[in-house]
Amino acid sequence: MKILVCVKQVPDLETRFKINEAGDWFDEADVAFRMNEYDEFAVEEAVALKGKSGADSDLTVLSIGPDRVKETIKKALAMGADRGVHIQDGEAHRKGPAQIAAMIAAFARDKEFELVFMGLQSQDRGSAQVGPLVALDLGFNLLTTVVGFEYDAGQVTVRRELEGGLKAQVKTKAPVVITCQLGLNKPRYPTLPNIMKAKKKELLTIPAEELGAGDALTNIVKAAPPERKGAGVALTGDVADVADKLISMIREKTGLV
Amino acid sequence: MKALLIGESRKGKTLGSTYELAEFAKRMEAQSAMFIVDAEEDLPKYEGKLYLASAADCGELNPPVHAAMAVEAADKENADIVILSHSPYGWDLAPLIARALGAGQVSEVVEYQEGAFITPALNGKMRLFYKPSTARVVVTVQSGAFAPAAPPSGAPTVEKIAAPAAGDGVYEFVEFEEPEETGVALGKAKVVVSAGRGVGKVENIELVKKLAEALDGELGASRPVVDAGWVENGRQVGTSGKTVAPKLYVACGISGAAQHIAGMKGSEFIVAINTDPEAPITEVAHVTAQVDLKQLIPALLEKLKG
Repeated sequence: MKILVCVKQVPDLETRFKINEAGDWFDEADVAFRMNEYDEFAVEEAVALKGKSGADSDLTVLSIGPDRVKETIKKALAMGADRGVHIQDGEAHRKGPAQIAAMIAAFARDKEFELVFMGLQSQDRGSAQVGPLVALDLGFNLLTTVVGFEYDAGQVTVRRELEGGLKAQVKTKAPVVITCQLGLNKPRYPTLPNIMKAKKKELLTIPAEELGAGDALTNIVKAAPPERKGAGVALTGDVADVADKLISMIREKTGLV
Repeated sequence: MKALLIGESRKGKTLGSTYELAEFAKRMEAQSAMFIVDAEEDLPKYEGKLYLASAADCGELNPPVHAAMAVEAADKENADIVILSHSPYGWDLAPLIARALGAGQVSEVVEYQEGAFITPALNGKMRLFYKPSTARVVVTVQSGAFAPAAPPSGAPTVEKIAAPAAGDGVYEFVEFEEPEETGVALGKAKVVVSAGRGVGKVENIELVKKLAEALDGELGASRPVVDAGWVENGRQVGTSGKTVAPKLYVACGISGAAQHIAGMKGSEFIVAINTDPEAPITEVAHVTAQVDLKQLIPALLEKLKG
């Protein structure tokens, strides 16, 4: 069985971001990058399934972006993926979800993947569109917001999240795209021996131009800092003072203490 | 401009988020009609045309079938824009509708300004202004961003839409799973003190719990803390957990993901304890203590005792 897992490299969200020169995204100077958290659950689920489904299964991890995204691919290889594919694209941050999906589909088409896992959304842009669009491009079935996954001979049964704590059990048939919600599993940490082994695994680089993204359907015309609408008070300094002020404010506003 | 709103219902009841779509259309000064899959005896309170598909006939959860009917309604209305909630239902349907209409999609819209749709990025630390390059556009709007100014009212003019045949094995709904009954009365608590990832480690949950007890309140939590198993499921605050509006809400080490904020911003007085002055929670907090919670909470406990 062939499995594909798609991962995105995203900036550390604790960063104090500055707008880039083009004015359409953040300035990458001094920014640390990591694997999109949602994708960690996708990798874990794919690796766990591969472990259950025997020696003939093969797990490919794919990521799109500049050369730095290889680090994220290597993490997935160290978690247990068999081979990596880097779609080299220095302009990936200017591409919309439909273009990213088109590139993934152009790579995956006719490769007989039975399951495609990815995060429900990315932590930096959060469009939640790429999974559904890949499914449309490939003519695969689609299950989103998955918090429980079972596979049995082409039949896929999942628990998917709805709102307010409600979930639903849903079934479909492979081939299928699965988008993973936080909490689906417990993503493993790569061990040192596995990190060493990952260095020897195949990592294929494909220039983005070879895949064809098509035209953008939406464009970012501007990036801006958040509007600071909040009129809240900030308390800083000595902890005992802050505690005193906080308690008197709570008393004044709520009468509770 | 003509808009089609894609309403949502669950178990025969229109969801409140449906009315936020109407509010967004109003702010865009768009003329709107609505499409919903719902029970025929529970119609949304809406003044205008309603394309209604019966949930009994086509299933309450069936994205490919629902999307096909929504596209039919969008074409009948000649809609320039299709508006959905940025919710699990919206995540499923919006890309299918966009693809069928040849439209670009903008997700999690919080504002419309001079022809651009504004969305948050980087966990609320940036705003992006999007313009579609397609004739029609599909948007999902952030939950809670467009609360209606007045309670919804009106009776729609109904036009029924028949469900197309569902593809074999494409999407089979099996059953709902209700949230576990944990006996936690978060919704009724006067005080909720919630722990977020910023507490650092599971041992520090105990501190937050003590603060909740000292304030005679309930312990709450953000999603990552629940996912990590540090706090039980029934205590999750947010659109995927519980929505709360206590007299006092204390967010300890919670950065404030949109889905968490939507679940607590109705609280009367909001206190954030967070060392990041740019954390989105500070936008809704009435007061933010920018100090280490591991030092502040013991100090608070000491003073509350005295």
